[in-house]
This record gives sequence, C-alpha cells and structure tokens, in this order.
Amino acid sequence: MSTFLRSRWGVLAGFAVGAVLLLVAAPAALSVFNLALLGKFICFAIVAVGIGLAWGRGGMLTLGQGVFFGLGAYIMAMHLKLADASLFGGSGVPDFMSLYGSGEVPGWWEPFRSPVVTLLAVVLVPGLVALVLGLAVFKRRVKGAYFAILSQALAAAFAVFLIGQQATTGGSNGLSGFRSFFGFDLKDPSNKLMLYSIAAVVLLLALAAARQLMHSRFGELLVAVRDQEERVRFLGYDPATIKTVTYVIAAVMAGIAGALFVPIVGIISPADVGVIPSIAFLIGVAIGGRATLLGPVLGALSVAIAQTSLASTFPSFWVYFQGLLFVLVIGFMPGGLASLPRLVSRLKQRNTEKRSTAPASAPQVPASAAPTTATTATTVPEEASR
Amino acid sequence: MRVSVTKRALIPLAAAAMATALAGCGSQISDPASANSTASSGSSCVDTSGSSVKVGFINSLSGTMAISENTVFDSLSLAAEEINAAGGVMGKQLQVISEDGASEPTKFAERAGKLIQQDCTAAVFGGWTSSSRKAMLPVFEANDALLFYPVQYEGLEASKNIFYTGATTNQQIIPALDYLAEQGTKSIFLVGSDYVFPRTANKIIQAYAKAHGMEVLGEEYAPLGSTEFSTIVNKVRDSKADAVFNTLNGDSNVAFFRQYKSVGLTAASMPVVSVSIAEEEVPGVGLENVEGQLTAWDYYQTLDTPANKKFVAAFKAKFGADRVTSDPMEAAYTSLFLWKAMVEKAGSFEVDKVQAAAGGVTFEAPEGTVTVDGENNHITKTPRIGKINSEGLIETVWSSPKAVEPDPFLASYDWAKDLAK
Repeated sequence: MSTFLRSRWGVLAGFAVGAVLLLVAAPAALSVFNLALLGKFICFAIVAVGIGLAWGRGGMLTLGQGVFFGLGAYIMAMHLKLADASLFGGSGVPDFMSLYGSGEVPGWWEPFRSPVVTLLAVVLVPGLVALVLGLAVFKRRVKGAYFAILSQALAAAFAVFLIGQQATTGGSNGLSGFRSFFGFDLKDPSNKLMLYSIAAVVLLLALAAARQLMHSRFGELLVAVRDQEERVRFLGYDPATIKTVTYVIAAVMAGIAGALFVPIVGIISPADVGVIPSIAFLIGVAIGGRATLLGPVLGALSVAIAQTSLASTFPSFWVYFQGLLFVLVIGFMPGGLASLPRLVSRLKQRNTEKRSTAPASAPQVPASAAPTTATTATTVPEEASR
Repeated sequence: MRVSVTKRALIPLAAAAMATALAGCGSQISDPASANSTASSGSSCVDTSGSSVKVGFINSLSGTMAISENTVFDSLSLAAEEINAAGGVMGKQLQVISEDGASEPTKFAERAGKLIQQDCTAAVFGGWTSSSRKAMLPVFEANDALLFYPVQYEGLEASKNIFYTGATTNQQIIPALDYLAEQGTKSIFLVGSDYVFPRTANKIIQAYAKAHGMEVLGEEYAPLGSTEFSTIVNKVRDSKADAVFNTLNGDSNVAFFRQYKSVGLTAASMPVVSVSIAEEEVPGVGLENVEGQLTAWDYYQTLDTPANKKFVAAFKAKFGADRVTSDPMEAAYTSLFLWKAMVEKAGSFEVDKVQAAAGGVTFEAPEGTVTVDGENNHITKTPRIGKINSEGLIETVWSSPKAVEPDPFLASYDWAKDLAK
C-alpha cells in the first residue's frame, strides 16, 4: 500500500481522489454557507502548503506569513473596492474613503483599478517582498530563532501600519462589503461555487507544485540545507539562494491564498494578518506534520474545522485546547500527526520482535522495513524546530 | 522521471479547473440596474410555523472584548426570558441561538452568516466594536436580514438592515460638548485609542470647537490596549486645558487614569469626560482613580424611572446582587423589546414588513420612552452627563430636557456640513 502511494500511479490516483473530494463531493454534500466556510479553510491550507515547504523542508520557522497573506488579500480587496465603486457608486471612490478620508483615492491605490495589474501584483508583491527580505536575511546567515523573531516582528508592524492608516486602508475595520468579483455578482450562489472551485483547484495546484519541488534535486538540497547548512556550503552550493527561493515560493502561496480569501470571506482586517493569525497558520502545519506533503494541508483543515465546530459551543475552551494540542505535538510528536503511522508501525515492529523471540511464532517477513527507509526523507530533525 | 509524473498530473487538474469554472459561472454584472434587481437573491428560510421562533445573539464571548460583551449577552438573555415568560412574540416562544464573535471582525461576519443562513434566525442582536458592525453590515445587507446593534458609536451610517439602539454622536458627544461649554470650558485636550470611533469622534469635536470658539490644545492617540501613558499625560498636564475629552477604550483607561492621578491632576483641577467608561468598567479602572470624573451616556443604573427599577431588580435577581447595569446593556435589553413591538405592529416576522412597521414604534425603556426613527433606523435617546460617585455608580448631573432625535449624519448642524461628505 505504502509503496503504491509513492509510485507514479499512486500519486495520480491521490490527486484524482483529492480532486473528486474537493470539487465533486464537497459541493454536493455541503450547504452554500458551509461550502464558503470550507473555501476559507482551503485558503488557510494553501498558506500551510507554503509553510510546510519553508519550515518543514527548509527549517525556516516563518512566524510572519500573515504579512504575505495580508499583502495578497489587501491588493485584491483594494481592486474589488475600486471596481465596486465604479460599478455601483459611479464616483469611483470607495465608500469608507469619503467617510473617514479626504474623499479622494490615493495615488498608490490607482494601479489596482486594473484587473491585470491586480492579478500580477497578488503574485509579484508578496514574492518581491519575500525576495528582498530573504536576500537581506539569509545572505547575512541569519537563521533559527533570529529569523523567527524578525518575521514575527514584521507581522506585528504590518498590522499596526494598517490600523494607523484609517483613511486609506480602512484601519481596524479593514476592507469589506464587496459586491462584485471581476464583474461577477458575489451574491449569486453559483458564483460562490465558482470561487470555491477556484480555491480548491489552486490548493491542488499548490500541492502538485510542492510535490514536484520536494522530489526534485532542489528539494533534496533544501532538506540538506535544513539539516547541515555548512556542509551544503562546502559542497559549493549557496544555502542563502536555496532558502530565499523557498521563502519566496511560500510567500507567493500565502499571497494567492489571501487574494482568494477576500472574495470568499468578504472581509479582510488587520486582525487577520497580524501576529496571532500568523501563529495560527503554523499550528495546523505543526499538528499535521510539517515535513510531509499532505500533513500541513490536513492539519490546517482539521484545526480550522475543529475550531469552528468547538468554538461556538465552548467559547474560551478552544484557545486552551489548541495550546494544549500544540504543546503535546511539539513535545511528543515533533513529526506531527503524519508521523503517527510510523510511530505505530515502529511499535508494531517492537512487538513483533518481542514475539519472534518466542519459539512458537512463525517466521515473519520484515515487510515494514521498506516504508521505514522510504520515509527517512520526511523525518524532522529536532534541531530544525529550535 | 518524477518530474514528468507531476506534469502529467497537472493536465487533468487543469481540465477539471476549467470545467468547474465554466460550469460554475453565475450572473455577471453588466449594468447596475440589473445588479440591484437581483439584490435579495437569498430568500429567507425563517421558520415561523411552529410554536417558537429563532433569534440569534452574537457577542464576543472570548477575546479582549469578552468582558464587556458578556454583560450585553446577559441582558439580552434577561430580555428573552422576560418576553418568553410574558407569552413570547405573537404567541411564539423565542429560541435563542448564541454565537461567539471572538473579538475578531472576520469571525463576526462568518458567525452572522451562520445565524442567518444556517440557523434561519428571524433577527440577530449584538456586536460591540465599530469593526464588528462594519464587518457584519454587508452580510446583513446581502442576505436582507436584521441586526440590532446596542452600542454607542461614531455615526455616519444608516443601513435599512441595522437598527441602532445605542447613541449616535448627536446623542452623546455633542451633548457632552454642550455641557462643557455651558460650564465655561474654553479649551479641551483630546485623548483616544487609535481606531475608528475616537478618530471620528475627534473629527466632530474639532469641528464643534471651531464653531463654538473652544480651543483644542492637543489630540493624542494610543494604540488599542496600550498601557504607556506618561508622555500623553505629561502633554495633557502641560497644556493646562480646562477639560479632557477621553475616547480611550478598555484596559488603556486603567493606565491613563492611574498616571493622570499620579501627576497630580484631579477631577476638580481638570475634569475628564469619558464616553467609554460605564458602571461595568469603573471597578476595572479602579474607583480611587476615577471618582468624581464625568461620563457621557444616555442611561445610568441610578436613573429613577419605574422601568429602570424593574430592570435593575430583575437583572440583579438573575445574575447576582453585585452586578451592575450599564448603557450598552440597557440598549441591548431595549433592542429585543423594540423588535418584539415592531413584529407585533407588522403582524409578521418578515424582514420587509418589520422594516416598514419600524418607524414610530415606542418602548417604555429603563432610560425613558424611546421611539424608532423610520428614516435612519436609530432611536430617540435622552443624553445625560454623569459623575462617578463613591460607590462606583454614576449620578446624573445634567440631563437633556427632552429626548433627542437621532441625526447620524449631523445634517441638522451647520458646522458639521463638511464631515459627512
């Protein structure tokens, strides 16, 4: 079974099952409201795929993905606001600007009137910010806790900046009240289904890209940089470049996720991009298993679903539960829930060994040996998390 | 080899993407007129056939706003209980569904959507911060549902899907300024938290001061939750202003008033008028720090009306004798009874009929008689300036001679013309 999953057809079958579940089964089974909720979780899962690459495979503890998520989201929100203003208001000035600002659209908003510029910016702006930041940080060989603190400080600063710019970013209210999405009416349920489908397909594409990367030469180098950066440098590779590229990929994924989040959820505010949401992105990844392909996605999805279903019944309890789960996983299962099968098989193996010493048992073929070696690449070194 | 596998995997994915995108395309907006005609595409799913009807309460039961919003939740629960004990609304018992807004605007929007679409509630009550209201507004407009918002706010808004039972600016801030002017205040200093309400309030105060010959000696903002006020307090002291207008929110008040006292400023030497400190907040800020300071609201626990005596007694009986009642709690309590009166006047739970019947609906509220303004969905309120007494309760020192009509866009004030553009 395990070897099949890793084969060519296994991967194809896996993607096909994922596509059927997300694109056929979910829309058929869920109400319009729950489907939009799943769409929101899928946005978080797309961020998680990027974090899985950067943190799980590259050892970069990215505590500030909210920044890139926010950049993508605010760019999309600005475009939707401007488009709505010209479609419905006629004046071309978003409502909140006339209420709290000067009543004029600031110059740096203007480029986002164009749908093409917006779509490009959603990818390029987070990518460029990550590139500049990555080069500045990794070339100077800043790593570990220093990188984590730096990325988190960036998220905090970004949220404070957004709150302070009441007249141009909507301040703590954020941007909301979108009515159209590239000319499509956002109230129409079939357009909501379309948005959900786009998010689901983007998630599958992100997974495909992540898998390709993980199984490429670059992916091997990335794991090598995570585990033994100095040795990679001695081999003639530049770890800074490898890290920066991965960081940019994770940032772009977060940016796209943010841009999808806006029309699906209908609001973006500083509370969605600051320190706390940045950490929340990480929790799902850690719980699911950060070094695996599906671990981050499944972790992010299940944490989000659990939060939504538990939080309304036990409002304050959820925060403690989430914290406890995080502590337990980091403390006892650093590989996340994805390492559960391996732990179980190891336990089984130990039991079998014990039993095989007993004279009555039949000779056992060590069938579990193959998957154990095959998964070595996914083992998470303790060091990477520190 | 491995690379080619993934490339092949992409082809069916791309095909699937295109297929769903094409199949999923819905209505496109070609011109605004057609867009408006499809406005209420989400038809109501409210079930009124049984012996009960569902209503939703949405409050932050967790997060930074939980302390304040739990009190609103309590008084909403009291109102629902009283209505049910008296036979319900049009003979139907209220079935309350409560959701946690978790102090996050995005959560408020999501949970409001659930209350409307999933739970099919006839009306929703709650919200506190401006950002939570702004986040929920498009949800209620898109689904054509009703929200009753019970907190004083910054005005400049009127949605047909929201009923505002808290004060708008001309029922709280402007009367407070009138009171200060009457007391001979020539100069004021503005201190506020950095978010929508204080910024908008201060814009209005600046315009008022300019028109009334009052001097604004400073306008300072602290980030929400900030507890470092030595710089701001020193500026306030050095300004020698006649009074301070305080729009700080939550914990910041504790630090502000403590430092205010520590530099030797008192209620007698430089009074502070606060618009976010009610009975509920006084123990948190510390009575010794705020005793004798002024507040501007429309309701105090000490009000001597029969309806208020009944409300306070019922609240204490249900939640404990040590509990206090405050303006937002009273506005929330009132909102549920106003909705009941609207439904009974309309003879229907349907949103458009309730909206049509809303104008002129009155209720004998603890703060006095309130009347719904059918034009802007706000209510008449009686502004009152209060002084915090030695028990931590607030005594009325000045009260508007009659209830003030709501004017969220300050259209009736000449000096405010440039504000609402």
